[in-house]
Amino acid sequence: MSHSTKNRNPAYTPKDATPERRFPLRELVLFGALLAAVLAVYAAMGAAYSTRMLVEAACYAILALGLTIQWGYAGQFNAGVMGFVALGGFCAMLFSVPVNDAFWGTELPGELGQVLLYGIAATLIVVGVTKLDRFGVPKKLRTVLAIVIGIVLYLIVISLLREVTSQIQSQAGFIGGFGLPAWVGWIVGGALAGGVGYFIGHVCLGLRSDYLAIATLGIAEIIKAFLKNSDWLTRGTATVSPLPWPTPGPAELGFTLSRAIYLSVTAVVIAVIFFLLHRAYHAPWGRMIRAIRDNEVSSAAMGKDINKRRLEIFVLGCILMGLGGGMLGTFNSLFDPQGYLPLNHTFLVLVMVILGGPGNNLGTIFGAVAVYIIWIMSEPLALFLMQLAVTLGENAFGWEAPSNMDSRALQARVLVIGMLITLVLRFAPKGLLPEKIKTHG
Amino acid sequence: MNELVFFINNVVIAGSVTGSIYAIGAIGVTLIFSIMRFAHFAHADIMTFGAFMVLLLTTAFPAVGASIGVPTALIMLPLAMLLTAALAVGIDKAFYKPLRAHGVKPIVMVIGSLGVTLMLQGLIRLFSGTGGQSLYVDDRKEIFRLALPFEGVRAPIVITEPQIYLFVITLVAVVALHLFLNRSRLGKAMRAMSDNPELAQASGINTNTIVAVTWVIAGALAAIAGTLLSLDVTFKPDLSFFLLLPIFAAAIVGGVGHPYGAIAGGFVVGFAETLAVFNWNVLLRPFRDSLPTWLELPSNLAFVGTEYKIVVPFFILVAILVWRPTGLFKGKVI
Repeated sequence: MSHSTKNRNPAYTPKDATPERRFPLRELVLFGALLAAVLAVYAAMGAAYSTRMLVEAACYAILALGLTIQWGYAGQFNAGVMGFVALGGFCAMLFSVPVNDAFWGTELPGELGQVLLYGIAATLIVVGVTKLDRFGVPKKLRTVLAIVIGIVLYLIVISLLREVTSQIQSQAGFIGGFGLPAWVGWIVGGALAGGVGYFIGHVCLGLRSDYLAIATLGIAEIIKAFLKNSDWLTRGTATVSPLPWPTPGPAELGFTLSRAIYLSVTAVVIAVIFFLLHRAYHAPWGRMIRAIRDNEVSSAAMGKDINKRRLEIFVLGCILMGLGGGMLGTFNSLFDPQGYLPLNHTFLVLVMVILGGPGNNLGTIFGAVAVYIIWIMSEPLALFLMQLAVTLGENAFGWEAPSNMDSRALQARVLVIGMLITLVLRFAPKGLLPEKIKTHG
Repeated sequence: MNELVFFINNVVIAGSVTGSIYAIGAIGVTLIFSIMRFAHFAHADIMTFGAFMVLLLTTAFPAVGASIGVPTALIMLPLAMLLTAALAVGIDKAFYKPLRAHGVKPIVMVIGSLGVTLMLQGLIRLFSGTGGQSLYVDDRKEIFRLALPFEGVRAPIVITEPQIYLFVITLVAVVALHLFLNRSRLGKAMRAMSDNPELAQASGINTNTIVAVTWVIAGALAAIAGTLLSLDVTFKPDLSFFLLLPIFAAAIVGGVGHPYGAIAGGFVVGFAETLAVFNWNVLLRPFRDSLPTWLELPSNLAFVGTEYKIVVPFFILVAILVWRPTGLFKGKVI
C-alpha cells in the first residue's frame, strides 16, 4: 500500500484522489456560531471562568473523539465512558502526586509487593491446574480442582491484601503518588484504559452489539466502586488534591494565564489526535473499518478479520478516553472518585458525539464544545427557572415549595439530556455535521 | 445451630428476596429482547417509576390499607401496574416505534432506551427529590421472628411482612405468566413472534398488538418488582441504578428470550450475590476448636465486601459470555 502517487499508473485516476471541493458553508456557519457563543460567555462570565470552561470542553473533546471512533467509525456503543475516564484520572493522580514518605519509608511497600507476588503466584497455579487435563487428569476432575483451588487461593490472597491495606490506611493514610510529571500519568492512564478495553472487547465484541453496551456499563460501575472504596490507593471519599500541573500553575501565573497555557497543551493534543485520525480515516485501514461497519458480511467474505479490527477500534477509543480523563483530572486538580458520574462522563459525551456527527471528527469537536457550553450554562439557567417557578407557585397558588429545590432543578438537566438523545436519534441521526460518505463510481 | 440460622437469614432469605426481584425484572427484559430484539436499558427505571406511582398513591390515600389489614402500598400496586403498563406502551409509541419504523440497528434502539432512562430518572427525581422514602406511610412493617424448636438455638429466623408478600406475588406472577404464554392465544402468538417475526406476520399475527402486549406485561412486571423491592427496603430514585446490571446478567444467564431461563437466572444472580458477600467465617466458627492450630482463619472470609457487590453480576455476565453466550437454557438470539 503506497501512499504516494509516484508509482501509480497514470491511466488510473481514482475519484478518491481528487475529491470534489465543496464550499464548507455548514461548517463555517456552525463554527462561527460557536465562536460567537464562546465570546458571549467571555463577555458575560469573565476570562478566568471562560478559559476554564474551554479547557474542560477541550478535554471532553478528546473523550468525544474516543467515542466517535467507537460509535461513528465502527458502530460500537460504549456505555461506560465514565469508567475509562476515571481510570485516566486515577493514573494522572497516582503518577503526579508527591511521594508519600510515611508509606515508602516503612516496611509496608515490601509487604504490599509480597501480597501482589502471592497473587501472581496464585494465578499461575490456577492456570496450571486448568492445564492438568493434558497430563491425563479427567476433564471433570480438572475443572473441580481448578475451582476449589482457585477459591481457596483467592480467599488467602484477598485476606492478606485486606490486612496490608488496612495497615497502610492506618499508618500512612494512602500510598501517595510517584512524583512524576503529569503527562506520564496521562499516557499510563490511556494505556490502562486500553488494557481494560481490550479485556471487555475481547469478551464481547464477537457477540451481539447490545452485550458490549451492558458490559461497559458494568465495568464503569466496578471501576468507580473500586476507586471509591480503595482508600489505601486513592484515599476514597477523602479525595486527593491538589494534583500538580505539567504547566505552570495558577499560583505562579494567575488563573487566566495558567489556564490559557493548559488550554494550549490540550489544543496541541487534540490537533495531533485529529491529524492522526484524519490520516487513519482516509487510509486503507479506515476504509476497511467503515466497510465492516456498513456491511459486515461482505467484508468478512472479502477476508477481513472482523473481530480483530473491532477490537483495535475499541481499544483505540478507550485509550483516547483514558488520556482525556487524565487531562481532565489533572486540570481539575482534584481526584474525587465520587465525582465521576455516568451522567457527565458517559451521557454528555454521547450527546456530544451524536449531536455533532458520529464519524466526523470535526463535527465531534464542534459537538463537544457546543454541548459543553450549553451544559455549563444550563446550571444557572435551571436554577433560575426553578426559582421562577417556585416564586410563581408560591404567589399564585400558595404552594409551599420543598426545601431541596436546587438539587431538583439540576435533575431537570438529566431530563433535557435524555430528551436530546432521543430527539437527535429520531430527527437528525447523522448529527449536525454528518459524516461525508464518499461514493466511488 | 445459631450459625445455621444466621446462614438462613443472611443467605437463604436474602438471596430469595433479591433473586425474586431480579427474576421478575429479567422476565420483562427478556420478553422485550425476544420480541423487539434490543436490550432495554430503561427497564430498571420503569421499575422505579412503578414504585414511585405506588408511593404517590399511598401518600395520597394512606388509610386505605388499614381497613382491610394489608399495607396500603399493596392495594395500590394493581393501579400502579396499570399506570406503569400505560407508560411503557406510551414510551414505545413515542420513542421506540419511530426508530423501529426507520429500520435502525438494534444498538440505536439501545441508545434510545438510554435516553428514555435519563428522562425517567430526571422526571422521578424532579418530583420525588433525591432522598429515600418508605412506602409504609401509615402502616407498620411487621417483622416475624420464628424461634426454632431446637436446644441451644437462641437466634430466631427473621422474615418481614413485605418479604412474605414478595414470595407470594412472585409465585402468582410466574404462574400467571406461564399460563398466559402457554394457554392463551395472545401468549402463543407472542412466542411465535419471538421465534420468527416474519413467519408470525405472514401467518396473520398482528405484530403491533404483540408489541403492545409485551410492553404491558413488561411494564406491569416492572411495577411489581420495583414496588416489592421498595417495600422491602425504601424507595429511592436511584434504585434502578443498582438493578440494571444484575437484571441483564440474569436475562443473559438464563438465555435471552427465554422467560423461564430469566427466572432461573434471576435466582442464580441473586444467590451468587448474597453468597459472595456472606462472611463464611461464621459457618466455620463451630469447628474452630477442631481446626489445626497453624490454620488461623481471618475474621472476614467474604469473597467480596458489600461495597463491591456489583462485581458479582458482572463476573457472572463475563463468565457466561465467555463460556456459554447462549445462556444456560440456550436462548435464541446470540
